[in-house]
Amino acid sequence: MWAMIVKEFRQVRRDRRTLAMMIVMPVLLLVVLGYAASFDVKSITVAVSGPQAGLVAGRLPSPFDVTTTAPGQGPAWARDQLRDGKAEMAVVTGAGRPQVLIDGSQLFSAKAALAALAASPRQFTVGGVNTPGGPAGAGPAGPPKVTVLYNPDLTTSAIMIPGLCGVVLVFVGTIITSLGVVRERQSGTLEQLAVMPLRPRDVFLGKIVPYFLVAAVDLTIVLAVGIALFGVPFRGNPAVFGLGALAFLFVTLGIGVLISSVSQNQGQAIQLAVMTLLPQVLLSGLIFPLTSIAAGVRWIAYFLPLTYFNQISRGVMLRAEPIAALWQPFVFLALLGAIVVTGATLRFRAYLAPAARERGPRGRAVEPQGAGA
Amino acid sequence: MTGSDVTGRDAVVAAAGPGGSGLPVWGARGVCVDYGKTVALSDVTLCAPAGQVTAVVGGDGAGKSTLLRCLAGALAPDSGEVRRPGQERTGYLPESSGIYPDLTVAENLDFRAQGYGMPRRLARERAAEYLDRAGLTPAAGRLAGQLSGGMRQKLAVIAAMLHQPDLIVLDEPTTGVDPVSRSGLWWLIARAAAEGCAVVLATTYLDEAERCASVLVLDAGIALAAGTAEEIVAAMPGSLRAAAARPDGDAAARSWRRAGRWRVWEPDGEPGPGGDGAIQPDLTDAVTVAALAVRRGGASGAGASGAGASGAGAGAGRPAGGAE
Repeated sequence: MWAMIVKEFRQVRRDRRTLAMMIVMPVLLLVVLGYAASFDVKSITVAVSGPQAGLVAGRLPSPFDVTTTAPGQGPAWARDQLRDGKAEMAVVTGAGRPQVLIDGSQLFSAKAALAALAASPRQFTVGGVNTPGGPAGAGPAGPPKVTVLYNPDLTTSAIMIPGLCGVVLVFVGTIITSLGVVRERQSGTLEQLAVMPLRPRDVFLGKIVPYFLVAAVDLTIVLAVGIALFGVPFRGNPAVFGLGALAFLFVTLGIGVLISSVSQNQGQAIQLAVMTLLPQVLLSGLIFPLTSIAAGVRWIAYFLPLTYFNQISRGVMLRAEPIAALWQPFVFLALLGAIVVTGATLRFRAYLAPAARERGPRGRAVEPQGAGA
Repeated sequence: MTGSDVTGRDAVVAAAGPGGSGLPVWGARGVCVDYGKTVALSDVTLCAPAGQVTAVVGGDGAGKSTLLRCLAGALAPDSGEVRRPGQERTGYLPESSGIYPDLTVAENLDFRAQGYGMPRRLARERAAEYLDRAGLTPAAGRLAGQLSGGMRQKLAVIAAMLHQPDLIVLDEPTTGVDPVSRSGLWWLIARAAAEGCAVVLATTYLDEAERCASVLVLDAGIALAAGTAEEIVAAMPGSLRAAAARPDGDAAARSWRRAGRWRVWEPDGEPGPGGDGAIQPDLTDAVTVAALAVRRGGASGAGASGAGASGAGAGAGRPAGGAE
């Protein structure tokens, strides 16, 4: 047994990357994720419409944070604000009872909003308008009419399934892809590929297309199961969802190839892939609301593709958000994709030509005219 | 990489072309490769004429695989020139065999054929023919990972020559292969050469090297000798004697055990005391002597690559040319 222990220590000591991951990463992850792990909603974005919008907006207490007021707008505008993800709650003022609309797809914000509304002991009126949380006894009775949209029962599965679709894609796109490529190196077939008349681009695409198709099938199955078993609605345009999934897969597959091109073996590839998966699961808003994550850590979320896919999948599936309202996550996904795939392609090119990477092709290779590439 | 480079090609052909036949000669000239502080190849030249099998021999770490990787295009030399056909006209069997263990024999060949752009029908016909001749037809549906070592090597050789390239580079195709499979592999290799292909192979078996049209002997990245096996043997400096026991003194460093007896190399050609008399060296002896000569430093070591530079032609057979 002692011999085994010594042997293992010697092997681990020589695998510097694994050693670093074993020692540094747990501490780093604990610190980062410790700051991220919070369900506390400190701020709820509110859009207020109707004739008394200005007055109401001025009197809404914490945690309500009025981001938009539109005195000239009505209920339709308020719904659009929620649908397009511009606010988590909307208040529609008018002559009668005010109407409060809450976005149920933002589960924790919605629950916090309902709790804040319930905490108001009495309803009040300012200039004939009922507002929640205002000074007690200011006006006629009549609570505001509260409507939870998109996820009226506030079920967890409704918001998790769209996000889990992204996790499935990360799993297949990043972890499986990184293994598939690094296996070529370990099995010794990489050198064979390098001397075959294949362009690096062809090898790159040839490696990722099968995983792309598998991931697409996986996504379809997960969606179907989610809808059938958990009753998750799909209200939006499937084409917009598909486009988002395509862009997201583009990034995750690129990350997979990038990981494999910097890994010497499947163990290293797995470690790196998991290191990209964990932050995505915990920091992308899938579990903890983005607004609840400490600002010092939250910025990481904006470099994670799953953050944007979450926004797209929840927006399309639950709120039927149109593509015009989702331009930001689409643009960021495209940007991430361009960066990652460019990096992966360059690395892959070097990966296929070890000589060029290690020493630079200073010698000459002479090929006769007409002999081909 | 053409145009003015043709001059380089002509120079190589002129120096080593078989009888001025005009057949293309692939190879390397003055190739140097370093791995950090380790010199893998130092000014090595190899000529591989079409229709011939050229062997690269040497011990572990001699630089055989590095030279073959340069020839196949898997490694760019630090300096020197490599002349090879285009990628689609080169076949390569790397040290690791390059075979996918989780694909069947037929699937491996199918992938290789598609990778080299072979028409599907031609690929099927040729694969069937090669598998038949290699005795692998019954194993066509088996996973390559489940094949024996010899069968897998035969598959790897078939895969390297399936597209009938102009240059086939085989890195130790017979290492670890049983005698029957070795015979089968050699049949395939000889057939490819007979069809006009230039074959370069690395081997640690000198009996195999003796069958080849020319041999390049490498040691620690340096070309010790080049030429036909007979030329290398004939050019061996000094003489060889047999001894019943290992000699004492300085001669101990020049002796080695073979077939139950000791062989002692006498650099000055005079049999020393205690010997049983001179014996006729073979390629194994000549290669061993060439390595010993280099280690002795100077007497026969310098200019080895010069011998290699002249390849299989007139200058061949001078082990460690400084002795000439």
